[in-house]
Amino acid sequence: MAVCKCTGEHVDSPQDVELMELLGHYRDYDGGLIPVLQGAQEIYGYLPAEVLEKISQELSIPFSEVFGVVTFYAQFHLKPRGRNIIRVCLGTACHVLGGSKIFTALQDELGVENGGTTEDLRFTLESVACIGACGLAPCIMINDDTHGRLIPSDMKKILEQYE
Amino acid sequence: MSNLEQMRSGIEESYKGKLDRARIVVGLGTCGIAAGGNKVMEAIKGEVSTQGLDVDIDFTSCIGMCFAEPVVEISLPGASSVIYGGVFPESVSKLIAGHLIAKTPVTEMAQIQIPGDASPYEGIPVMDKSGYYAKQLRSVTSRLGRTNPESIEDYIATGGYAAIEKAISMDRLDIINEVKKSGLRGRGGGGFPTGTKWQFVHDAAGSKKYIVCNADEGDPGAFMDRSVLEGDPHAILEGMLIAGYAIGSDEGVIYCRAEYPLAIKRLNLAIEKAEEMGLMGENILGSGFNFTVRIKAGAGAFVCGEETALLNSIEGKRGMPRVRPPFPAHKGLWQKPTCLNNVETFANIPFIVRNGGDWYAAMGTEKSKGSKVFCLTGKINHTGLCEVPMGITMGEILNDIAGGVLGGKKFKAVQSGGPSGGCLPNDKLDLPIDYDSLIGAGAMMGSGGLVFMDEETCMVDVAKFFLNFTQLESCGKCTPCREGTKRLLEILERICVGAGVPEDIETLERLAKVIKSSALCALGQTAPNPVMTTLRYFRDEYEAHIVDKRCPAGVCPDLLTFCVVKDKCVGCGLCIKACPVNAISGEKKVAHVIDGKACIKCGACVPTCKFNAIIKA
Repeated sequence: MAVCKCTGEHVDSPQDVELMELLGHYRDYDGGLIPVLQGAQEIYGYLPAEVLEKISQELSIPFSEVFGVVTFYAQFHLKPRGRNIIRVCLGTACHVLGGSKIFTALQDELGVENGGTTEDLRFTLESVACIGACGLAPCIMINDDTHGRLIPSDMKKILEQYE
Repeated sequence: MSNLEQMRSGIEESYKGKLDRARIVVGLGTCGIAAGGNKVMEAIKGEVSTQGLDVDIDFTSCIGMCFAEPVVEISLPGASSVIYGGVFPESVSKLIAGHLIAKTPVTEMAQIQIPGDASPYEGIPVMDKSGYYAKQLRSVTSRLGRTNPESIEDYIATGGYAAIEKAISMDRLDIINEVKKSGLRGRGGGGFPTGTKWQFVHDAAGSKKYIVCNADEGDPGAFMDRSVLEGDPHAILEGMLIAGYAIGSDEGVIYCRAEYPLAIKRLNLAIEKAEEMGLMGENILGSGFNFTVRIKAGAGAFVCGEETALLNSIEGKRGMPRVRPPFPAHKGLWQKPTCLNNVETFANIPFIVRNGGDWYAAMGTEKSKGSKVFCLTGKINHTGLCEVPMGITMGEILNDIAGGVLGGKKFKAVQSGGPSGGCLPNDKLDLPIDYDSLIGAGAMMGSGGLVFMDEETCMVDVAKFFLNFTQLESCGKCTPCREGTKRLLEILERICVGAGVPEDIETLERLAKVIKSSALCALGQTAPNPVMTTLRYFRDEYEAHIVDKRCPAGVCPDLLTFCVVKDKCVGCGLCIKACPVNAISGEKKVAHVIDGKACIKCGACVPTCKFNAIIKA
């Protein structure tokens, strides 16, 4: 059981224990806020307000500053996210080769808008500027897998691979 | 130091042995994996074990032929290596039966061959003479697709870490002078002379200095840095080591964008292996020089590719640019002197130190030396990565390397330099590529993304696309960029829906000039470039949108109408089925009609018509 350094209270959930370990690692580390936020988001799947408060207290960084950093970077999320993250590339190369049609097909298939999450928390759909696989345009990334040279009718089959 | 020398001969010996066996090598860069490389790898392993073949299976990074992914190389002892393209799990057994068992290459799937000392096979282009590679000059990318990027032994056997060995026996200023002599300019886009930057950091007061590698490649259409990070991570580490030694720094940071998980994995592995071998960490090669490198993963902000914003981000702050001066060379990371270079710049350093500055300066043009890696994307036959000598023309890249425009369409423009760059038209195809001539033409080198566009691309739409990007990525710190890009975008949006007014062109030009001259950082200063170049070279398209309410390329949906050419339509009904809103009607074998009011201009009907009877105008 871990003990919170500031309030002395015990924390129980495995996620909280993991967060305390993460904070312990970065407490005296210059510029540790972003790695801590990245780690916390790994643990919780997103960044709940209580977690941000805890990070602010433990790293002695004002909450406003923590919130400022979270909202600045596209990678951080304040709301729960789907188990599978779909990133549709709308970069130049994909744009020229019909990336927006792929995006529309996914929106229709999932019934969510850009940035939305399906009700069953299975998928979150996002557009990104470029995932660096322009040679395979148009392409999307689901979690860490890149799928390239797509046509809109491929979407259904690709989505079926992810639970 | 003798330690590495001893190790090297052993490693070289075993590397030769490795090359002298039957091998199958699969290209597993991000692009290869995306095209299905892992599945091909599985199929190969399965086939080899079922057949009980004595063959080595290895993987490599991206050789640059993205158009041919997944790529597999097969070589037999003492014979030419053949690189196959478009290899899918189904074609594996054919390749193995043909090339490995019957010892006859499967010519119809072969892209190129690399004979080495052996005699080439007939009917397969030799790499250096093939269409895609003939005009290339592979230096920084020489290991890409040729070695296993996760093997430090492969790196050392191909001359790796010889440069740091040489550097630590040299005087620090001599190293800097060698870099100056090479004429190397920053490959991240700005083109600042690297040796001069190193000199500044070397001369800056203070005992603690940092080396930072900018691997936050965010330009849409650019993936050179990813390819080098994934394909030759040790070269970047070695470049940083040499920089650290030359300027007197003991700590390096690589700021890599989070969207490149494979690059981060391979870098971490490379650091671990280099530390194990005493090539990084304390007392490197017994010289008393200490240097460590850590990786900082970005968090998704394009502006962090700007050097001072990147430094703020490493410090755990919002990635907003700082006012300069002071420049990072004097007050950079944690206010200490910092040498900040791009991935490709660092990757060039080992080659320059090993071969000398004069060797490097012999390549390229008077003011832009060496070679440059470009990413070729868009509507061309051969998308991929290429490395060319500076001074090559855009036309040579398009026609000789990229294989011309896709589908035999007409070339319209090439976008160089990402959102900070510009679109160059047909009459600039003979422009020699170097930093200064590109800037003269209104574009810029940028990091090296080239997006080719054909006659079906609307240049106003392209400008709108880039402005949408920069406007979203503007950090909001300075007003010209925050407000200016938003206003530019609004005007472009208005023009694209047919609500533009004649004064818009003048307003765009005035606003672009203001932003360019007053924004705080390079993101803002270059944001108007796509608008300015499209206005300069494609003004008639703007005028067509504004005055005639017409989109000549047939892209902007609000300015389009779809209609059926009666004489061509045979009334087959395919378009009726394709239309998502039931806007097309007509009896069988009678010319169909599109209801303009119901049509949502999605264009779904056009490709279904086998008689080209549906036109958009």
